[in-house]
Amino acid sequence: MAIEISSKQIEPIRHTYDYVARRIGEGRPGSRYQEATFDIQPTANFQYPSSYAPKYALFDPARTAIVMEDWYAFLDPRQYYYSAYTVARAKQQEVVEKNFAFVESKNLLTNLPDDIKTVIRKVLIPLRHVEWAGNMNNCSITDVGYGTAITQATLFHAIDKLGIAQYLTRISLILEENEETGLDAAKQAWLEDEMWQPLRRAVEDMFVLDDWFELLVAQNVVLDGLLYPLVYGEIVDDLMVRGAMSLAMLTEFMREWQKEAERWTSAIVKAACLESKANAAQVSTWTRVWTDRLSDALEPIACAAFDPVPTQPAPATKRNLGRLFSKSEDQCTRSVDSLSVTAVSQVRVALLERLQKQGLKLAEVA
Amino acid sequence: MSEKKVFLILQDTEDSRPIIEAVGADNPHVSIQRQPGMVRMEATQSLRINRETVEEKVGRDWDVQELHLNLVSLSGHVDEEDDYFELHW
Repeated sequence: MAIEISSKQIEPIRHTYDYVARRIGEGRPGSRYQEATFDIQPTANFQYPSSYAPKYALFDPARTAIVMEDWYAFLDPRQYYYSAYTVARAKQQEVVEKNFAFVESKNLLTNLPDDIKTVIRKVLIPLRHVEWAGNMNNCSITDVGYGTAITQATLFHAIDKLGIAQYLTRISLILEENEETGLDAAKQAWLEDEMWQPLRRAVEDMFVLDDWFELLVAQNVVLDGLLYPLVYGEIVDDLMVRGAMSLAMLTEFMREWQKEAERWTSAIVKAACLESKANAAQVSTWTRVWTDRLSDALEPIACAAFDPVPTQPAPATKRNLGRLFSKSEDQCTRSVDSLSVTAVSQVRVALLERLQKQGLKLAEVA
Repeated sequence: MSEKKVFLILQDTEDSRPIIEAVGADNPHVSIQRQPGMVRMEATQSLRINRETVEEKVGRDWDVQELHLNLVSLSGHVDEEDDYFELHW
């Protein structure tokens, strides 16, 4: 007996949810990103205003000077929703773990020359506190920001910041052979060493910014946009030429992450500027103010990496680690054409050029 | 001969969606038919998938060879490069 199998096509009545179809048009399947993003933000029934900010509704677009007709114009070009984000990060994490295991098994970090280790201890490890600040700031944007398109991306950013802080911590632990002395010394430096104070003051001022979009510009667009190319580009490249290939392996994730984050921050700036001239002017002002302030704050850090004062080479034993960060001694020598000044101005110019292409009018607010 | 059709059939999955969108964007003459579990893209003469367009839709770097993970069937001469995948007669 012959069995005839015939397939019958059933036209689905809907291709996606109504709220997605309203935006992308009927009859088209929506992507998971669109389904997990569009109009997820609660917009009604805010009968209990928060006691700490009674003049605002629970979720209120008026918490920023940026005005948008549609807050879902800030779509993430990476299309990260929970699943896409975790899958992408899990893949990267696997590579990082392999790199750490390799560097540790061959003692590639502990065998570096002392002058390179000093730069790692002085310049790289204290950055874990900057990353923690980045986590705080992104959590805060997620809290008061408006529109799922932005707040889901900033929450992913917050988690990334914690991850990067942990990688820095692990680099220190490998370097000090599992002693926390390097972490303690880095914290002391962050709190007391003069080279870190301008940056610490800047990120602590960010903690108390009222406008969440200004915070987003200051932290994600400007600070990350300057710090990552400077540290994980210029400084790590310089150390790599001097033999610290292993450090480049351990910080590869940060460099990749910045490239990816740049696509997102560029898209945010572009969408805000496209919406109105007022937005473009506002974002330009914030960018100008924070770029000036943060590139000044980054100079002593670049200086400690590129132009350190030649000192008597002190063997970096656990006991005298603290002395590396003594408060009084002049940390570096700097002149207009020194390497550090050039490096900072390069990353600054690159950032501003990229942002101008997105529609910022920086000349008008100079 | 000029009426000969090439086709490309992909599984109907979330991974295929950006590829199908890219084909639609880059090949105005294509007919896209949704069948149970798969999507058939048919065109006269030639059909092209551009890496750049798919990357735009998918939001990350995309390797042309990733196409094969979702490929069910195709017909036509295959011209595959780093930047595109083309079927033609």
